[in-house]
Amino acid sequence: MVDFLNSIIVLLNFIIIPGISYGSQLALGALGVTFVYAILRFANFAHGEIMSFGAMITILFTWFFQSQNIGLGIFPTALLALPIGIIATIILCIISDKFVFQYYRYQKSVPVVLAMVSIGVMFVINAIIRIIIGTETIKFSDGQKFIMKAKQFKVMTGLNEGLALKSSQVITILITILLLTFTFWFLQKTKTGKSMRAFSDNEDLALLSGINPDRVVFTTWIIVGVLACVAGTLYGLDKSYKPIIYLNLVLPIFASAIVGGIGSPFGAVVGGYVIAFSEIMVTYAYKKFFVYILPISLEPSGLVQLLSTDYKFAVSFSILVIVLLVRPSGIFKGRVL
Amino acid sequence: MKLEKYEWIAIAIMVSLFIFVGFIQGWSVSLVILNMCIISAIMTMGVNISWGYAGVINFGVMGFLAMGGLAAVIVSYPPITESWKVGGIGIGISFILLVILVIAVMYINKSVTNKRNRYIFNTIFIIFGILVIRHFYLDATESIEDVNPAISGFLGGLGLPIIFSWVVGGFFAAGVAFIIGKVALGLRSDYLAIVTLGISEIVVSVLKHEEWLSRGVKNVIGLKRPVPYEINLQNTDWFINLITYLNSSKLNNIVDVSDRQQVLNNLIIDGSGIFVKLSYAVLFLTVMFIIFYYANKAQLSPWGRMMRAIRDNETAANAMGKDVVKQHLIIFVIGAAIVGVAGAMLVTLDGLFTPSGYRPLRFTFIIWIMVIVGGSGNNLGAIFGGFVIWFSWIEAAPLTTFIINQLTVGLEPTNALKLHLLDSVPYFRYLFMGLILLLILRYRPKGIIPEKVRHS
Repeated sequence: MVDFLNSIIVLLNFIIIPGISYGSQLALGALGVTFVYAILRFANFAHGEIMSFGAMITILFTWFFQSQNIGLGIFPTALLALPIGIIATIILCIISDKFVFQYYRYQKSVPVVLAMVSIGVMFVINAIIRIIIGTETIKFSDGQKFIMKAKQFKVMTGLNEGLALKSSQVITILITILLLTFTFWFLQKTKTGKSMRAFSDNEDLALLSGINPDRVVFTTWIIVGVLACVAGTLYGLDKSYKPIIYLNLVLPIFASAIVGGIGSPFGAVVGGYVIAFSEIMVTYAYKKFFVYILPISLEPSGLVQLLSTDYKFAVSFSILVIVLLVRPSGIFKGRVL
Repeated sequence: MKLEKYEWIAIAIMVSLFIFVGFIQGWSVSLVILNMCIISAIMTMGVNISWGYAGVINFGVMGFLAMGGLAAVIVSYPPITESWKVGGIGIGISFILLVILVIAVMYINKSVTNKRNRYIFNTIFIIFGILVIRHFYLDATESIEDVNPAISGFLGGLGLPIIFSWVVGGFFAAGVAFIIGKVALGLRSDYLAIVTLGISEIVVSVLKHEEWLSRGVKNVIGLKRPVPYEINLQNTDWFINLITYLNSSKLNNIVDVSDRQQVLNNLIIDGSGIFVKLSYAVLFLTVMFIIFYYANKAQLSPWGRMMRAIRDNETAANAMGKDVVKQHLIIFVIGAAIVGVAGAMLVTLDGLFTPSGYRPLRFTFIIWIMVIVGGSGNNLGAIFGGFVIWFSWIEAAPLTTFIINQLTVGLEPTNALKLHLLDSVPYFRYLFMGLILLLILRYRPKGIIPEKVRHS
């Protein structure tokens, strides 16, 4: 029985908790991509940089608050700076729409052209970020680092295996729940949300019913800004902030959005968790787990690892390819908010 | 092929840029930029063939370049017999098993009609097959990687002249492209963009981590050159005579013998560097013109006309009896092959293979900016785009330094803002690239040298 508990703790500690927190970050990112895709109808390659931009502004204000000795005690100061980051990200989104994307929307350009345009935007934001904050790795989480340390847990329960709970993970999960609830409530219950859904379902019909497209687009960018900034900041808080990572993060985010069924917000969230868990589960070495759960005679000799951790990144894409082959519309059929 | 007036202007601009740099920054710098420009132009032509001719998007440029680079290693690196001895059999067996597995899966897909059964059979076969292959494969790779890990630790290559790898690189990239195309080409264009981007990441991560094949992050260095080495040139009689002859008027003015020898030595050292770069440029230009010639010929042929028909209206082309799927696959493979050639040339020029150096920003998105800026569907435009964008990518840094110094001329040299800006000079090139792309897409969406509309 103790062995069984130990093995469960191993799974919790190394797979489930990291999976949920990484999955939440991906889900928030994928939700932003999905919103752009469903309303504005293009694949936004700049989304990773928008996330990065939000995180950067948050970091700058975190530093400012820290220098003024303003803090939240046991919580990271970044939470205090987050609203300012969100506002800055929304402004960035709306500026990029006004000066860049709007023109092509009025021209009714094909999606590929808009994707190219978003690559241009990606380069520009990328440059701005690097010019302002450089390319170094930045750790900006302060406050209490652990809610529960592995040692405390061991003492508390008397088990062999410890369960560590980082505060950044708990914050990630809580904020994600909050934000997702709000987003879905907004889409289902409010008038603006309903008009957005109508717009994404059938643009012409929505226009005929008197929905103002500019207003819908404006609201979309606000939501995208909030989601992107929160996702970026949480990722930076949990791991560390490095501009280049966000460029690489675009790919798992796209994978999540497509796996879930691009255009479907619920699918995006599920896709985020699917990608996160598969990345972690395929590259985790299960030796420790089997040592506990199997009798000694059956103990594995190797690491029992499906793929080496080097391929973490490739896993999300393999899943994307498999899903597209088996079920091209994604897990949940997309194109409707 | 008749050139329009603006095309002559474009060519004149390209040539004069290099002459300008030659006089300002030295001919060596100019030639270095020129060589990379030519390689970029070839990559751009490859992407242009699939995107411009047929509208097939290819965001996997980075992966195909890396395959070309791998070809350069495999063709030119001398074989490491010891590695083959310890691991050759294991690798051979796993390769044969892999082929058997693929054939088995293909057979299942053909013969089992029930969809559910097909998935079940496939899953069982693939998982079982992978387990068996892993058994042989892991042992073999481990023993290969243990052979003298500091120097070799991989299988090595064939030891042939590296110039053959340009063809082989094309075939490697084409092979990978064939698999990707089979899997992904049915998708909508923006899905296809993401999928090809993702698969190219997978290709690069395989090259990065399969050390027995490519030495991974330990890099392969010291690949043999197709052109003479500077140090050999400096000791060859005909080269010394050539330099003496070229600079005879300058040398004759110097009376003192030892001074004269000193000057001559410096000239020879400079000259040998330039000579090597010139030989590269000649080789690369030859390849570029060959590809350019055939690409143009293909575009004007009935096949090229069919491709344009497919691009402009897939349904209509399909209704006319053209096999759209097959043609898409063909053009995707051809485009990728040309990119692969460029990848092999890139490694040849550098003389080293660094898998971790392949990054999407540098090797996929910049190439796409070249295509869009130059003019998709026009090969001269592709070359022009490759030249101009690579040129501005390199010259952005000195230009930015100059601009920043001009703008902050009133500030003290220790001013924090000025120092910070000067520190971040390398990142301004991304800003330029983004702005160029956005401006071109807005005000000249068909590119600087647009595709010619043919009424024939």
